Amino acid sequence: MKPLITLSGLHKSFGDVEVLKGIEAEIGEGEFFSLLGPSGCGKTTLLRIIAGFETPTSGVLSIDGRDMSTVPANKRPTNMVFQSYAVFPHLSVAQNVGFGLRRSELSKVEKAKKIEEALGMVGLAGLGGRAAHALSGGQRQRVALARALILEPKVLLLDEPLSALDKKLREQMQSELRRLQRQVGITFILVTHDQEEALIMSDRIAVMFDGQIAQLAPPQELYRRPVSRRVGDFIGVMNFLPAEARLEEGRDIAVEIAGLGRTVLEQEQCPAGFVNGRGAVGVRPESLSVLFDGEQARGEVAEGEVAEVIYYGDMTYYEIALPGAPERLTVSMKNRAGRPVLERGAAARLEWDASSLIYFPS
Amino acid sequence: MSAGQGLSEAKKGLLLAAPPGLYAILLLAVPLGAVLLLSFWSQDFLTLDRTFTLKNYREAFSEPLYMLLLGRSLLISGAVTLVTVLLAFPIAYFVSFHVRPERKSLWIFLITIPFWTSYLIRVFLWKVILGYNGVLNTALLGVGFIDEPLTFILYNANAVVITLAHAFAPFAILPIFVALEKIDRSLLEASRDLGEGTVRTFTRVTLPLAMPGVVAAILIVFIPTIGDYVTPDLVGGPNGLMIANMIQTQFLKLNNAPMGAALAVIAMVSVSVISLLIVLVTMRWSRRGA
Repeated sequence: MKPLITLSGLHKSFGDVEVLKGIEAEIGEGEFFSLLGPSGCGKTTLLRIIAGFETPTSGVLSIDGRDMSTVPANKRPTNMVFQSYAVFPHLSVAQNVGFGLRRSELSKVEKAKKIEEALGMVGLAGLGGRAAHALSGGQRQRVALARALILEPKVLLLDEPLSALDKKLREQMQSELRRLQRQVGITFILVTHDQEEALIMSDRIAVMFDGQIAQLAPPQELYRRPVSRRVGDFIGVMNFLPAEARLEEGRDIAVEIAGLGRTVLEQEQCPAGFVNGRGAVGVRPESLSVLFDGEQARGEVAEGEVAEVIYYGDMTYYEIALPGAPERLTVSMKNRAGRPVLERGAAARLEWDASSLIYFPS
Repeated sequence: MSAGQGLSEAKKGLLLAAPPGLYAILLLAVPLGAVLLLSFWSQDFLTLDRTFTLKNYREAFSEPLYMLLLGRSLLISGAVTLVTVLLAFPIAYFVSFHVRPERKSLWIFLITIPFWTSYLIRVFLWKVILGYNGVLNTALLGVGFIDEPLTFILYNANAVVITLAHAFAPFAILPIFVALEKIDRSLLEASRDLGEGTVRTFTRVTLPLAMPGVVAAILIVFIPTIGDYVTPDLVGGPNGLMIANMIQTQFLKLNNAPMGAALAVIAMVSVSVISLLIVLVTMRWSRRGA
C-alpha cells in the first residue's frame, strides 16, 4: 500500500478542550478508510483538518507528499460530502454538480457531457434540470457525491453521509458507495459512528476514543482481536467476565474465569499485551452457543439458566445467567428449521471454546 | 350529520376570517377605492362634480411640474434605497457572520435603538446636525477642514436622502440579517471545498441566497419613502420637495382632492411597476446560477 495521506502528531484544541491528542496514521492510495468512534471523539474534527476547514494546533498533515499546512481548503486535492449534503438550494442539479468546474478549461459542451456522466455514475441520469430543493434526501446525497467526484480529487471525504437516510436506503447506499470507490479507485475517508457501516465498507478502520486512535486495523482483525475492552465493546457485542491470569511455563496463559472455570489461552489471545493478575475475558455472542436436548458438546460446557429471550426472527438472543458470573452472558443462536426457542427460566447448557476468548488485563 | 358539521366548520372559519377581512376591507380596500374613484371626478370650486372624467390625469401628464416632482421623488427614493441597502448589507453581514451567536440579539436590539424616539424628533435632529451653524459644520470648521459652512447638506435633496437613509436603516438591516442567518454555513464550506475562494463564494453562494432579504429590504425602503412628505417638508427646501408634498397641497391647500387623488394613483402605479420590475430582475439574477 502506497501511503497517500500522512498524519503525524496531530493535535487540535478548541480553547481549553483538547479534541485531538496526537494522531498518527497513514492512509493508502485507493483505500476505503473509516474513522469510527462515538460522538465527541474527534473524528469529524480530524476529517475537517484533512479538508482544510480546521487548522491543527500542532502536527503535520501531508497529502501525496505535500505538507498541507499552508494550503487552503479550496486548493487541496480533497473533496467532501457533507453530513447535511450542502446541496446549493438556489441551483439546479446540473449547476450543483458543475459548481466546481468554473475554472476548468473544458468547453460548455464538454462540461455538460461531464456533468451528465457524473449524474449517470450516481444513478441520477437525466435529472440535471431539476431544482435542487425539489430532491429527496437520497437524491441530494447523490448530487453531493457527483459534485465531489466530478473534480476527480485524490481523496473523497465523507462526513457521516448516510446517517440521515432510512435503513433500507442506507444499506443500498453502503454497497453503492463501496462499488463507486472500487470503480473510481480513489481514496475514500468515511467518518461514522455506526460500527456496522464501518465494518461493511472499509478496508481499514481507525477506532477513535477521546481524541486518540485506539486501534487501526482491517475489519476482521478489529472484530476478532480488539486491543482493548473498550474497542471490543464498541465494535459489535462482547461479553466480559472477570478473570485472573498467570503466565504458565512455555508461552501459554492459565486463566481462571468467573462462571466458566479454568482454561488455557495462547499469547495471541492477549492483543493488549499480558500482565499477571486480574483482568477480564471477552467473548462474542456468536462464539457461544446454547445446547438443545440431545446435542453433543464439542467444546466445554457450563450449566446456567435462561434469564431473557429476545427473538429477532432470524436469530434468537439469550441472556444466560451462570452461577459465579457477575453478569449475564449474551448468546446469539441462528433459528434453524426445527430448532426450538427456549423459554425464560429454563435450564441452559452453554457451550464455549477457549480459542474464541480474548484476555484484557485491567 | 356531516353536512351540519361542515356548515358549522364553515361558520367557524368565517368567524375567524371576519376580523382580518373587515380590517382589510375597511382600512385598505375602501380608502384605495375612494382615492381611485375620486381621481376620476373633478372639483368645481366648493362642490365635487361626480361625472367621470380623465381631466385630472391629462393635467397630471401635461403639467411639467407634476412630472418633475414625480421624477424627483423616484430619484430620491431610488437614491435612499441604494444608500440604505448598500450600508445595511455589511452591517447585517457583520452581525450574522462575525458576532458570537449569544451576542447577536444584543446587536439587533442596539440597531433598533433609534426607533425609541419619534420619527419627527429624529428629522429635527438631522436639522441640528446638518444646519448652517449645525454640529457638522461647527465641527468641521473647528478642526479646520473647511473655511466656511457647507450649504449643500441641508435644505435640498441630499438632506432628504441622508435623513431617510438613517430612518430606514433598521428596516433594511433586519430582513437582510434574517436571510443571512438562514444560510446553512456548510454551503459556504462546500463552495470552498469545490475550489472557490472568499470572493467567489460570496458572489456565487452567499449573495444569491441572501437575495430574498435584499429584495425585501429594497421594497421596504423604496415603497414608503416615495410617499414621504414630512422629511422633504422639514429638510428638503424648495428643491427637495417630492410628489407627496404636492398631493398634500392639492388635498389641503388647493382644495382639489380629485387632482391630489389622481397624483396619488399615478405615484402608486409607478411604485408598483418599479417594485415588480425589481422583484422580477432580482429573481432572474439569483436563478442565473453558476
